[in-house]
Amino acid sequence: MSSLIRYISRPHPITGVTNAKLGTWCFLASEVMLFGALFSAYILLRTGASSWPRGSELLSVPLATFNTLVLITSSVTMVMAWASLMMKDLSKYKRYMGFTILLALTFLVVKGFEYGHKFEHHHFPSTSTFYAIYFTLTGLHGLHVLGGVIVNTYFLLPGSKLWETEPEQFTGRIECAGLYWHFVDLVWIFLFPVLYLL
Amino acid sequence: MEHATPEAIKRHVKVYISVFVALAFLTVVTVIVSYLKLSLVYAIIVALSIATIKGSLVAAYFMHLISEKKIIFWVLVLTLVFFLALLITPALTGLEIRSYVS
Amino acid sequence: MTGEHNLPFWRKYIFSIDHKVIGIQYAITGLLFLLFGFFLMMMMRWQLAYPGQPLPWIGHLFSEKAMLGGVMLPEFYNQLGAMHGTIMVFLGVVPLAVGGFGNYFVPLQIGAPDMAFPKLNMVSYWVYFIGGVIMIVSFFVPQGAAQSGWTSYAPLAVIAPTGQTLWLLGMVCLITSSLLGSINFITTIVQLRADGLSFFRLPFFVWAQFVTSFLLLLAFPPLEAAGVLQLMDRLAGTSFFMPSGLVVSGKVVEVSGGGNPVLWQHLFWFLAHPEVYVLILPAMGIVCEIIACNTRKPIYGYKGMVYSVIFIGFMSFIVWAHHMFLTGMGTKMSAFFQITTMIISIPSVVILTALVLSLWGGSIRFTVPMLFATAFLPMFGIGGLTGLPLGLTASDIHLHDTYYVIGHFHYVVAPGTLLALFAGIYHWFPKVTGRKMSDFLGKIHFWLSFLLMNGVFMPMFIQGLAGVSRRLWDPMQYAHAQPTQPLNVFISICAWLLGLAQIPFILNFFWSLIWGKKTDQNPWQATTLEWSAPSPPPHGNFEHVPVVYRGPYEYSIPGQRNDFWPQAMKEGN
Repeated sequence: MSSLIRYISRPHPITGVTNAKLGTWCFLASEVMLFGALFSAYILLRTGASSWPRGSELLSVPLATFNTLVLITSSVTMVMAWASLMMKDLSKYKRYMGFTILLALTFLVVKGFEYGHKFEHHHFPSTSTFYAIYFTLTGLHGLHVLGGVIVNTYFLLPGSKLWETEPEQFTGRIECAGLYWHFVDLVWIFLFPVLYLL
Repeated sequence: MEHATPEAIKRHVKVYISVFVALAFLTVVTVIVSYLKLSLVYAIIVALSIATIKGSLVAAYFMHLISEKKIIFWVLVLTLVFFLALLITPALTGLEIRSYVS
Repeated sequence: MTGEHNLPFWRKYIFSIDHKVIGIQYAITGLLFLLFGFFLMMMMRWQLAYPGQPLPWIGHLFSEKAMLGGVMLPEFYNQLGAMHGTIMVFLGVVPLAVGGFGNYFVPLQIGAPDMAFPKLNMVSYWVYFIGGVIMIVSFFVPQGAAQSGWTSYAPLAVIAPTGQTLWLLGMVCLITSSLLGSINFITTIVQLRADGLSFFRLPFFVWAQFVTSFLLLLAFPPLEAAGVLQLMDRLAGTSFFMPSGLVVSGKVVEVSGGGNPVLWQHLFWFLAHPEVYVLILPAMGIVCEIIACNTRKPIYGYKGMVYSVIFIGFMSFIVWAHHMFLTGMGTKMSAFFQITTMIISIPSVVILTALVLSLWGGSIRFTVPMLFATAFLPMFGIGGLTGLPLGLTASDIHLHDTYYVIGHFHYVVAPGTLLALFAGIYHWFPKVTGRKMSDFLGKIHFWLSFLLMNGVFMPMFIQGLAGVSRRLWDPMQYAHAQPTQPLNVFISICAWLLGLAQIPFILNFFWSLIWGKKTDQNPWQATTLEWSAPSPPPHGNFEHVPVVYRGPYEYSIPGQRNDFWPQAMKEGN
């Protein structure tokens, strides 16, 4: 049975990490390579282009700044959710987790307005290489945000039952969900200047 | 981190709040700098430096990399090497070809 | 343990989370896809041997768009070529070598009850399965499956018909599956080794799978990204890979332009070169296990082999552009990639040399798996050495995209990897089923496959040196290709006979499953941990949690009563 598998909730004595934590970091390593390839495409296309617009001329910097702050705040609430569990406070955890999800949804709604605005002005991915890379990168990032919302909602509602039986394992899961969420934040921290400011 | 006491966690929380303030501040700074209309090279240097600092803060404190175990570091160092190879090599080949054309 | 027995059939054998069931699922699916991919190729061989003549018997079963009056149309030939490559690599060999052998034997060899994430393991298999279904379905959409080669170079692939979209979606599934699998392998090998099993006591097979997992983890995402970009190009009309002013059929294509076709090649080969090592490393691991067991002596230079396999893994990430010398790369970059390519051949030679030297002075048992394993050595040698001229620009300019390339990499993956995988099947069949495969049928299978594979691939070097392009639908079209046409007939006949030579294997497989000779838990008298578990291993694998006391290949140790000293045995024997 799965209970035969060791180091699910307690860390391995030599490596010092649980299975889930190592697995999550490996997953994030592959995500680094995924976005690395896309940034590489961006660099190659931009250095090869005869002209390339500054992002601030075409995109809304204030909206993106607002979104950056939203995502940073959601990272803090996420880490606070984990810290609440470390202090054995489930209701506080739920409050912070709820905030994190709301902030993520706010991010997506703002992003949706940005997209809608672009479509209204007939700016599509096919318009230019700049828009192609803008829509692809932010779209893929948006999908990651959506994935985070789904995972976090699961851990807020049905997933939190695990707290009653396996509090240590549940805290570990929230830490891993947090790692993913901070990574999504991290990607945006680079996407924001690269697409909007440069 | 696994056996952290409530007091230690409270100290962590203070760190998280300061990191958040730093991130928000740097976001505002990078936006303000972008309105100064620096030349592209300087703009890239400033914006990417700020982004790197912000990213490092998130990775070090929110993702606890500052106190993480060796095995995680090894995975990430390996990833970083290949990430950099992937990031610059295609552009370098492209630039080299163009240097012959001109 | 008890709960497992009460599970309904579909939980136990279909949506199972037991690594052994999942391993068997991978292996069976992989073998079926290998057979399917082989059929595609056997059809192509008819067109190459007898261009323009109707394919006998089965030609008329196809629609008029594929085979006009039984004669293969060029578009259909291209589909067969592209899908043969894709299926063999991504749906056949990788799932069999990593998904099948890796899933089944890595937990057993490290003394773990299962993989670290059993549910994730199940998900990887089913995502792979969906990817396979998408690939097969793509044959039935209008204008057929992908036809831009297994490399799907842009811009040709961007303007190709619908099949290419399905190819990309299928690839995204297959890459995701490999990624999830690799996360599982890395975590399992790092975290779940039995007590006493330090890294330098791991069987070489586990090392090979470990390095392979890192290749899958870090090299596959860039192609996923590239796949997304090509999907955008095809579906949303972007121009990531579409250059400005591209002319197709006399008309300028209406796209925004500004894209770079070479970008696709960079991202594709960033995956696909490490992929070559994904194909070969597990095979080397299997061969090493079998050679140690059948020469009854420790592997020569085990540590050197481990360092070499790590070094191969590392270097395989920085050689990819040697596939792209003809894109007009500058001299500086091509010099860099030539040097790294020459360097990466060194650890491969170290491993091969260590394996050959392991034979020296051994009292070799030429069992069926050992026959396959020894045949792997020279075959991989040919495959590897013929690769060197392709890694140097001066000779690559002549040989690029000719049959020489086909001959080279098929020597690595067909007589190389496939022979090793067959060796693995014969070697571990008793562990999986508790029964041995027939020696007689196994030997027929070996000798015919070994000879015929050389018959198929050796003449390709001659064709390639004569400058015959690898993508010709009608080899009679060019004067320089015509003199090599008799070779095409010879290759095709060998290929069809090779197909027939697999019948003894298929018969043997099913016959032994039911009537094979029953064996105990260690029929080969081997040392590694999987042979300390019952055959077949129950759910949870081991009757007692194993503890490891020594390295993996303690054979013929002086002073011991038996010539093998199992890793899990506490005292001398």
